[in-house]
Amino acid sequence: MQKTKEIQTEFKPKILAFCCNWCAYAGADLAGVSRFQMPTDVRVIRVMCSGRVPPELVIRALANGLDGVMVLGCHPGDCHYSEGNYLTRRRAHILKRLLTYIGIEPERFQLRWVSASEGAKFSAVVKEVTDQITALGPNRWAEKR
Amino acid sequence: MATPRIGAFICHCGTNIGGIVNVPEVVEYAKGLPYVAHAEANLYTCSEEGISSIKRAIEQYDLNRVVVASCTPRTHQPLFRSACADAGLNPYLFEFVNIREHCSWIHREHHQEATEKAKELVKMGVAKARWLEAQQEFESDIYPAGMVIGGGIAGMSAALNLANQGFEVHLVEKEPGLGGRLLRLNRIFTIDKDPRELVENIVKAVGNHPRIRVHMPASVKAVSGYIGNFDVSVDEDGQETSFKVGVIIVATGAQVLKPELYGYGESANVLTQLDLEEKLKDGELGKFQNVVMINCVGARIPERPYCSRVCCMTAIKNAALMKEINPEAKVYLLYRDLMTYGVEFEQYYRDAKEAGVRFIRYTLDALPRVSGTESVEAVKVYDELMDMEIELPCDLLVLATPLIPNDDNEELSRMLKASTGDGGFFLEAHVKLRPVEFAMDGVYVAGTCRWPADIRESIAQGYAAASEAMIPLRQGLVKVEAITAVVDPRICKGCGTCTLVCPFEAAGLKECEIRGLEGKIVSEVNAALCKGCGLCAAACPNGAIQQRGFTDVELMSMVNAMSGKR
Repeated sequence: MQKTKEIQTEFKPKILAFCCNWCAYAGADLAGVSRFQMPTDVRVIRVMCSGRVPPELVIRALANGLDGVMVLGCHPGDCHYSEGNYLTRRRAHILKRLLTYIGIEPERFQLRWVSASEGAKFSAVVKEVTDQITALGPNRWAEKR
Repeated sequence: MATPRIGAFICHCGTNIGGIVNVPEVVEYAKGLPYVAHAEANLYTCSEEGISSIKRAIEQYDLNRVVVASCTPRTHQPLFRSACADAGLNPYLFEFVNIREHCSWIHREHHQEATEKAKELVKMGVAKARWLEAQQEFESDIYPAGMVIGGGIAGMSAALNLANQGFEVHLVEKEPGLGGRLLRLNRIFTIDKDPRELVENIVKAVGNHPRIRVHMPASVKAVSGYIGNFDVSVDEDGQETSFKVGVIIVATGAQVLKPELYGYGESANVLTQLDLEEKLKDGELGKFQNVVMINCVGARIPERPYCSRVCCMTAIKNAALMKEINPEAKVYLLYRDLMTYGVEFEQYYRDAKEAGVRFIRYTLDALPRVSGTESVEAVKVYDELMDMEIELPCDLLVLATPLIPNDDNEELSRMLKASTGDGGFFLEAHVKLRPVEFAMDGVYVAGTCRWPADIRESIAQGYAAASEAMIPLRQGLVKVEAITAVVDPRICKGCGTCTLVCPFEAAGLKECEIRGLEGKIVSEVNAALCKGCGLCAAACPNGAIQQRGFTDVELMSMVNAMSGKR
């Protein structure tokens, strides 16, 4: 018991964040410019729109053993491409159910809205999601199969 | 495709990156990554030395891909791409890795972890770069006309400037007359003149200009399209009008805060500075013996932290004017800090002091208090210099309140995809480097809709926005970033999913004309309409659509690199 606890506190998750170019990526830049300090576990991949992220990519990341995947886009109504984030939102609903079905904790996938002026929110999301994924523990889906 | 030979350039950015991330370690790591033919560190990769170092390395090591790990593509991608182009490499064979905003700046206390993260980010960038392909940019025509929203001093200046340079201008004003807030003022500070003297000539010039079409009273109902090709629909006095423009300048101004403080709205003798100006202008104001003015009412407080910039000067102007109307009057100006930031401004303040206006400083933790039965009769304020609370008799109380964003900013922001900042004012693309442009190409900003500004600043911004807007108008064509979607007609099954998700109607089904596939129904993406969002690429069930620069294999290779898979 003691040992498991130790492992859990040492566990550093690997989290991937797809950020849309116009809102979330700019929000992440602003967090940097503002020097908001945050956990080191998240890696950002820039895409032009959150709607560019196909479910296959999220599933591949999790199947590869990454502990969490985030998709960050513009707030509803603010999409640079009018409605790309609505598509993302609908996709996320279905994807979460699919993840449950194939045995991956759906919390490992997170969709959040971060605007270009929300540097503080970006860092809050990074902290919150890192905490959540850390609490879930390592993603053992690939090993279990 | 020739075997990839990738060059990786890791930037110290002085100590910004180098002070936290162990850059030499990242360089050594990069050298061991697949297809990396050369890796080096630069003190500043964006400096002339850094740029020539990229160009030199492309030649020396026969590089056909370049990866720079430094700051953000949002500011520096064009620079590095053009460095590649200068060295004869297609600029789309460049990949950006952000290890400053997304790494060193946010992990300042964790040098080892930040270094590991930087390595991984470089690995991901290199993994993507291996798949990059040369791209050609699409050129699109610019419709030679502009729209200016707002007929105040900033908007009129912008409209005149555009029109005088030979372009058609649609000026959309929501009020039934041009001139904006300026015409509600009584006098203009530092020159003490009636604003009509300034504005009337400009209004006339705008109204008579053969190339300016004024829509009034009118509001913008819908905007679609992109730089060079905006379709605008305007509600003009109940009638809908549509027109096409290439650029849009937003100069919608701001409104004055009406406070719920110091008895405003309850006592008849409590006015805002703007109310006072209007009454003075209409000759409705009598003589007053005891005038008290309070500055920073509703400004520079936690819920509205900004300084509205024009109110100190406005208050000084009106305080001096009250002395001028009645030299016997006692005029007190209660301020928190005085912002008289121009050379003439300081002199103007001194003149008011000499004319007998008394200035008393107050602080946020000891706000002035008003008393009286029907109206405000006295104001109590703690005087720092005397170290005691003093009571000022008062028969007119004037409050300097800040300019606040217009209510319709949000709606306009949505229509134009132009961002607004924290307080609801519009937000430019870059606070220092791009002060009158929005991040959205072809849309510009001027005047107080961005931030409180005085007349001179508003005019200067109007001119600036017009000259920025003139660049694409003059060039006549704009290059569209080559990140548009392309369909492989061999794979496409013609299901039409892409046509459903495309917000711009760029994807459409057509009969294929390619040899061997004649008559097959396939999707085709119109590059002129495609904005490069990639929605269709993500939605295509067959993987027949790829977004250039963000292909499935490029994104997948980044994911695989991060998870340690090849």
